[in-house]
Amino acid sequence: MSIAVTTQIICFSVLSLVVIVGALGVILLESIVYSAFLLGGVFLSVAGLYLLLNASFVAAAQVLVYVGAVNVLIIFAIMLVNKKEDLKPIDNLKLRRIVSTSICLTLLSLLIRVDLSNVWGIADPNRSIGEESTIRIGEHLFSDYLLPFEVASVLLLMAMIGAIVLARRDVMNEDISTGLPVDQELIEKSSEPLLMKKN
Amino acid sequence: MNLDTIPLQAFLIVSSILFCIGIWGLLNSRNAVRVLMSIELMLNAVNINLMAFSSYIDNNLIQGQVFTIFVITVAAAEAAVGLAILLSLYRNRITVDMESFNLLKW
Repeated sequence: MSIAVTTQIICFSVLSLVVIVGALGVILLESIVYSAFLLGGVFLSVAGLYLLLNASFVAAAQVLVYVGAVNVLIIFAIMLVNKKEDLKPIDNLKLRRIVSTSICLTLLSLLIRVDLSNVWGIADPNRSIGEESTIRIGEHLFSDYLLPFEVASVLLLMAMIGAIVLARRDVMNEDISTGLPVDQELIEKSSEPLLMKKN
Repeated sequence: MNLDTIPLQAFLIVSSILFCIGIWGLLNSRNAVRVLMSIELMLNAVNINLMAFSSYIDNNLIQGQVFTIFVITVAAAEAAVGLAILLSLYRNRITVDMESFNLLKW
């Protein structure tokens, strides 16, 4: 084993340990804020795994999009909906936990069995393009994946408009007492919660 | 054990474990924000799989990396719309408890 391979294996072990322990923390920790920051750590470690796989462009995209956008969005959502509330106890909690855990463990054993028993057709490592991967991704995006690329831009536009429509509040156009137009950013119409009575 | 590189199976096992952790969180979380985080974990597990196959099996054309970029795009859109739906739900029900979102229950 050369020193390069040893370094790779050490990096891989540390990164996958951080990914798995961090993911367990995300779903098990009591405080949702800790979960959000641990999720950022998981995303960063996944970017490290991409670097081990010779994919520097995708690693950079992972850091920019997941850590820079998605995680920040989740932290903002936590800030907006963070209310201390006592959760109602639910029936059959223990039964639910047992069933869901056994389903997950069964699926995990199935996946690991497939991973280990299948004979993967490993390609010749000498044909790898290695650090040229960014160039190859650019070629793909502007030749055979051009249509999905354009559709993805339309999808992002639709998601942006949809998020604005869903999250917007109704605001008043004019002041009730004077009839003058008001600064719409400051005054919001207080609305009754629509669905609270239905249980 | 004499290895000349990290085996492909190691990446696959890490991504399988991450995927199952995501499913467990999706099924067991009471907080709606945590459900969205679990979905992100599952999408990341899928991405690790795509990247590993792209690097070990398709290492000249690397179509898996292009797919990963599209998955990242869709995940970003999904997070934006999901959190907007969550805010809208919170405004109507004043809670993020998954057990109280029972409007579609008959």
